Amino acid sequence: MKKLNYRRDTPSGPGGRRRLLGRAGWRTPVALGGAALALSACNVTDFGMHTGATSQGSDIFHLYQTFIYMAMGVAIVTFGALLYVLLRYGRRKGDGVPRQRHSNVKIEIVYTVIPAIIVAVIFFMTVGTENKVDAVSHNPSLNLTVTGFQWGWRFTYPDGVSVVSQGTNYPQMVLPEGETTKVKLVSQDVVHGFYVPAFNFSRYALPGVTNYFDLTPNKLGTFIGRCSQLCGLYHAEMLFSVRVVTPAQFNAWLSSQGKGATA
Amino acid sequence: MTIAEERSELAHEPDAGGHHGPSGIYKWLTSTDHKVIGKNYMYTSLVFLMIAGAMAMIIRAQLVQPDGHIVSQQMYNELFTIHGSIMLYLFAGPFAFGGFANFILPLQIGAPDMAFPRLNALSYWLYLTGGTTMLMGFFVTGGAAAFGWVSYAPLSSYTNSPGPGPDLWIVAIALTGFSGIFTAVNLVTTAFYLRAPGMTMFRMPIFTWNMVVTGILILIAFPILTAAMVMLYADRHLGTHFFTVAGGGSPVMWQNLFWFFGHPEVYILALPYFGIASEVFPVFAKKPIFGYKGLVFATLAIAGLSTGVWAHHMYTTGTVLLPFFAALSLLIAVPTGIKVFTWIGTLWGGNLQFKTPMLFALGFLVTFTMGGFSGVMLASPPFDFAVHDTYFVVAHFHQVLAGTAVFAGFAGFYYWYPKLTGRMMRESLGKLQFWIAFIAFNMTFIPQYLAGLRGMPRRIPVYLVSDHVTFLNQVSSVGAFLTGFSFLIWLLNLWISWRKPIAAGDNPWDGHTLEWATSSPPPHHNFTSLPPIRSQRPVWDQNHPEYADYNTEHDGTPKKGVEAK
Repeated sequence: MKKLNYRRDTPSGPGGRRRLLGRAGWRTPVALGGAALALSACNVTDFGMHTGATSQGSDIFHLYQTFIYMAMGVAIVTFGALLYVLLRYGRRKGDGVPRQRHSNVKIEIVYTVIPAIIVAVIFFMTVGTENKVDAVSHNPSLNLTVTGFQWGWRFTYPDGVSVVSQGTNYPQMVLPEGETTKVKLVSQDVVHGFYVPAFNFSRYALPGVTNYFDLTPNKLGTFIGRCSQLCGLYHAEMLFSVRVVTPAQFNAWLSSQGKGATA
Repeated sequence: MTIAEERSELAHEPDAGGHHGPSGIYKWLTSTDHKVIGKNYMYTSLVFLMIAGAMAMIIRAQLVQPDGHIVSQQMYNELFTIHGSIMLYLFAGPFAFGGFANFILPLQIGAPDMAFPRLNALSYWLYLTGGTTMLMGFFVTGGAAAFGWVSYAPLSSYTNSPGPGPDLWIVAIALTGFSGIFTAVNLVTTAFYLRAPGMTMFRMPIFTWNMVVTGILILIAFPILTAAMVMLYADRHLGTHFFTVAGGGSPVMWQNLFWFFGHPEVYILALPYFGIASEVFPVFAKKPIFGYKGLVFATLAIAGLSTGVWAHHMYTTGTVLLPFFAALSLLIAVPTGIKVFTWIGTLWGGNLQFKTPMLFALGFLVTFTMGGFSGVMLASPPFDFAVHDTYFVVAHFHQVLAGTAVFAGFAGFYYWYPKLTGRMMRESLGKLQFWIAFIAFNMTFIPQYLAGLRGMPRRIPVYLVSDHVTFLNQVSSVGAFLTGFSFLIWLLNLWISWRKPIAAGDNPWDGHTLEWATSSPPPHHNFTSLPPIRSQRPVWDQNHPEYADYNTEHDGTPKKGVEAK
């Protein structure tokens, strides 16, 4: 078994589960929360979402950004109308009977057709992004098999190199930057969710189903990965990390792992 | 000549309406009166709401710290499973289509009772049995079911979830499922066959319409759920392999079956509350509902579409045709938008009375619309890939479902409480409850959107300091505790109305529909006589003859030949 090294700032820092469950966190939350808000305030236009550390994730982020702008427009119209009504018609006193209007076909057509158009626009944007995000390469730079099990992950690289969860050590998945990695995702037991928040991406690992998807990292760094689908008692601790390195570093790492280095 | 006067001689009899059945506890246990059963349903489901709400408080307490130790991980999994199961199967649905619909629907169409009173009683007892069966899970070896309210196979198999707790859960769902089916049969039959003379389909109040559509949806969706539960039970104990790969089964089939029930289910839960809002807005704006037929067709469209969108819960399985389900899911936004604009149109030009029911209905409108925005986003598969199974989804469905059930539910409760009991609730306490609940509710769920976007998965009892979601979770927890507190104000209000009643009278809100044409509470078999039903608002027509609907054009001007007042 290869001992895995973690940087201090990785989610799976030294101590693993002990760190997750050990220290009481009363000292830091407020400071961290403030920092979190400050961080999100740095770049207001990300609207709280990760900007995406893969080309697929970036596409999804841009879709989200557009959605937020559209939602803002619709919200201004809808809540604006509501607010106007409440202010304008809420100040009448007494029991006076207002005009008993039942309907107005023209207005009804307007508020049916305009949402339909908005929805159609969203649909075509969705399909455009979906085709990019869901595309699976025929000749990827790297083929990687990810296996989910209760409660850990196995990353199997070509030439028999594999990294696997061992007790409280969370495994690290290494990916080359700028290259397309085709991931084959399977489950050994129950349904798991392969989820990397920084990639804006998740996919179920289903027993009896093999899923394929591409990851093309465009940012160097180490990111947390999680299980997103409830899979039993230790679901919350089925963590892993993803380290994106340059292709040269990746090749060096892969060859340093040697043939069949891990169990 | 008003109804009340016609009934005046009856009022001197101790038991108005001539019903001489049992009284006291025996009345509650043996009655087949839709009003008694409706109240049974309502109070039972509110008790379940309190139980599941208390579970939510424990869940939120656990999440105040990244490594909270309020409960064990196993207990946490049991708590959110039963919290979700109670809220969806035992509170939101039964409160509306067991409680409100049972009590109000026959009154609104001028019927003396439901079509099948004994079946109605059976529904309630099945529901109560199912509910207690589910809670019994906490008292057996191995604890209650801990696989989430969706019970995904193969986590719910006997190997992965042994013990009697999951079996009790399955039996509970099957029993409440049958209860729902029987109630749906009853509601639909009642609305189709027991309408009073003059009450055509297009004169039925929107609440009744929504209950009819809900009933039809229940008849489509619930049998699938019950069948799936039978399969799951057979897999666990009879050696079948519906959902096990080793035996040639398919875990994905569970998800298809479950969500084929599950997505209509969310509209089964939501449509009744839309109906309540559609009753409250017109009454407190002193106007008819705007675009009645558009609203009815929008409801039918939502129901139709809801049977074709189940796989938007399965985008990340990689096994479904994404564009098809995305298109249908997005399309639901159109009829839903029609509803929102219809409600705004109803308020437009009205004489708005901000009584407690109106405030709660407005609170529903705001939270539901916000939840609708995130719903449209989630209908887009690529965005769903990013936030599926995170707190973004948790925030979304709590805003649309919990927001709907709580705010529109309380709107209905405050609106019909005078009819249920003949007493008024205190306005001041009601308004206080509303403002605390409204602020606290949004304080609970808006931070959860941000936590989800940051990557916090749902159903985790612990998270990392490095996730930067601690502060968001703390805000959310404080909001949740305040929401819980707002319920105590409501209980206080109930207690005061019980100890120091204020008589409500027959029609305290200047209501429009037939339930306000009888006494509060209504006598056995409901009506001693009915006003003429010549429009959607017979009671309004009677009380405001100069503005009667049948004398008014669609734009509110008097019809030709009728003198303007």
